[in-house]
Amino acid sequence: MATTTHNPATGSPGGNSTGGNVPGDMDLRALLDPSGEPSRTGVWVALAAITMMFVAFTSALFVREGSSSTDWHHLAIPKILFLNSLVLVASSLTLELARRHVAAFARGLTDDVAGPLRWLYGTLALGILFVAGQYQAWLGLRAQGLFLASNPNSSFFYVLTGVHVVHVLGGLGGLLYVINQLDRPVLALRRSTLDSTSYYWHFMAGLWIYLLFIIWIKL
Amino acid sequence: MAEASAHVVQHGPPTTFLRKYVFSVDHKVIGKQYYGLALVAVFVGMFLSWLMRLHLINPNGKIWGLHYLSAVGAPGDVMTPEYYLSLLTMHGTLMVFFVLTNAPFAAFGNYFLPIQIGAEDMAFPRFNMMSFWTTFLAFCFLISAFFVPDGPPISGWTAYAPLSAVGSDAGPGLGMGQTLWGLSIFTFCIGSLLGALNFIATTLDLRAKGMTLSRMPIPSWAWFITSCIALLAFAVLLPACLLLILDRVAGTSFFIPAGLVISDKLQPHAGGSPLLWQHLFWFFGHPEVYIAILPSMGIVSHILINSMRKPLLSHKVVINCMIAIGFLSYMVWGHHMFVSGMNPYSSLEFTFPTLVITIPATILTLIWLASLYGAKLRITTASLFALGFISMFVSGGVSGLFLAQPSIDIYLHATYFVVGHFHMVMGVASLFGVFAGTYFWFPKMTGHMMSETLGKIHFWITFVGAYCIFMPFHYLGLAGNVRRYSAFTDDFLLPLIPVHKFITYAAILTGLGQMIFLYNLISSRFKGAPAPENPWDCTSLEWSVPSPPPWDNFGGKHPVVYHDPYQYNVKGESGRDFVMQTSSERVAEA
Repeated sequence: MATTTHNPATGSPGGNSTGGNVPGDMDLRALLDPSGEPSRTGVWVALAAITMMFVAFTSALFVREGSSSTDWHHLAIPKILFLNSLVLVASSLTLELARRHVAAFARGLTDDVAGPLRWLYGTLALGILFVAGQYQAWLGLRAQGLFLASNPNSSFFYVLTGVHVVHVLGGLGGLLYVINQLDRPVLALRRSTLDSTSYYWHFMAGLWIYLLFIIWIKL
Repeated sequence: MAEASAHVVQHGPPTTFLRKYVFSVDHKVIGKQYYGLALVAVFVGMFLSWLMRLHLINPNGKIWGLHYLSAVGAPGDVMTPEYYLSLLTMHGTLMVFFVLTNAPFAAFGNYFLPIQIGAEDMAFPRFNMMSFWTTFLAFCFLISAFFVPDGPPISGWTAYAPLSAVGSDAGPGLGMGQTLWGLSIFTFCIGSLLGALNFIATTLDLRAKGMTLSRMPIPSWAWFITSCIALLAFAVLLPACLLLILDRVAGTSFFIPAGLVISDKLQPHAGGSPLLWQHLFWFFGHPEVYIAILPSMGIVSHILINSMRKPLLSHKVVINCMIAIGFLSYMVWGHHMFVSGMNPYSSLEFTFPTLVITIPATILTLIWLASLYGAKLRITTASLFALGFISMFVSGGVSGLFLAQPSIDIYLHATYFVVGHFHMVMGVASLFGVFAGTYFWFPKMTGHMMSETLGKIHFWITFVGAYCIFMPFHYLGLAGNVRRYSAFTDDFLLPLIPVHKFITYAAILTGLGQMIFLYNLISSRFKGAPAPENPWDCTSLEWSVPSPPPWDNFGGKHPVVYHDPYQYNVKGESGRDFVMQTSSERVAEA
């Protein structure tokens, strides 16, 4: 039994490269082009996986805290973490400014490519500063005699911040790619690439604020 | 500023041998690579199961040449109990990760998802290549555990902590072997996440004109749903493996409790939770069952429809059932932990969704069976394996109803009943889907037909053999035969030894039957009759391109989709009983 019934093809102007036709009953689904831009979808999917990963880490932290009788010792959170947070949030703002400049360039409102490039380099510098700041925080913890295996609190501190930094390094790689594509005689940057990198970077900033909150109240 | 069309393929034709066959970004080559890896893994896994079965029926007997595999694990060719556990671990890990995840999902999905939806490649071809080679690296890590001094781990494919976390004090294989296991699964997770991301983006963004979601063939839906499940499941196993590795190599205490004394030695860990590992593992582990079975459900539905020459009773209900199964699979992980000492109220919370998940599974089965009623089935090897899938799925699935109830599970949990259940419903059923897919799509993948005669012999050996091996497991379990033991010497188990002997002989014969499949696969690849473009009179897009398809799938053209995926038993203008999705011809009911 057929599931649909179509009339004969009519050879309408809605033809395509294969020489196909619009169905005679004007079932317009044949004209629908459901394609989108994979990099945008890809980054959202990647963010879903990263969210799930940190949900697992958070669950592990809560369960581990619950199973500890004597070894859950709160850390003196390195103060530099708060400064690092400001740096990462600032980098998100500079990236957003870069994105708006690029959007203005794409709409023909400006022909200044150097403007967005400056903001992108600024974002890159702030990102590197954040990673350096996190490294400084680890040194601070080490100075207190707290290493990866010292107690569960320090274990989770190093794991959560370390995994986050690995993801930030991925974001820095993305920024470098965007800068490379923009800083060329012939512009090669796709709007979707910049958008995807921005979504990822903003998410890293949001994720860090969440992690800082968890570290602050739990560790 | 550039804004690319999604249909534009992102790479040109391969020009060098390495680019064409090794580090290829072509989804078809990558699909074949996954299939090849799964094939190697399944034969290694099967060989290990033979060794275990031979040992079980004669625990003190020699297995010729075994000391070559491990001098420590098999002194004088006699397997030690610990080495039995090592083989058990490796068998389970190979089969679950490298066969049941790779073959129906990664292999067939990679090859056919883009073609079925009218795309020229995956959304991210380079990620796709990385995904396979990461998985291959994971396989190498796992296999290398055979070649380290203390051999492969003994903690099972579930790697329960603290056994898996404490190190070599707890027994052979728990040193470097267990670390390699952790590294392997950690790496496998990365490869699977990359693959899942690619499948989702490809399905959502690269569909051809007219290929609405409702027009996607059932296998493409199954791969899409599976990739959504895999994305969230492997994203939890990945951090779990990281924490396990840190417990092992960095001295942390995520999973190791305080005061643990092993081999008269107080372990230098404190405060960890072994149950935490179980929760994280099974949060992945139960969806993994559906990662293995859903693609096979899709493949089998596709083949049955083609063989029946009519659509299933409801395309939409089939898709919705698969979505419901995927959704519910995240709510049931605790039913693997009824004997972990959880609160009885918690077990009730896991029992309820476990029983609920049988509703979409039953609806699916009823749709298959009711659609078969009155159908003039074209009996091919592929359709036989599709029918065999339904048989295995029902036979293995029914025992799940018993195990879903804590009061029964507590009795049966550590017995062969569970072994029989999951081998039939997850292992054999899924493999039947893979066999069905192989016989069905081999002509498209290679340009050659497989031998139907050899295929049917292979089917009957496998079908009868699988029942002979796994149905008695249920009986053994009901009789109280514990699993994971390397020998049954207690008085009450001795009368069961003849059943074990029967299972062992059946396993060896069924395994030998797979050599027919291997021979058919290899000989048909080189000497099989040339395959036409559409040998099975099928309607989906993969049958609208040459066999095998060109590197860009559609020869530079962009397909347009005019019909729902299963236009069978219709009167097309061409006089055939089917109309292809890409045909703009008129369709009327027959």
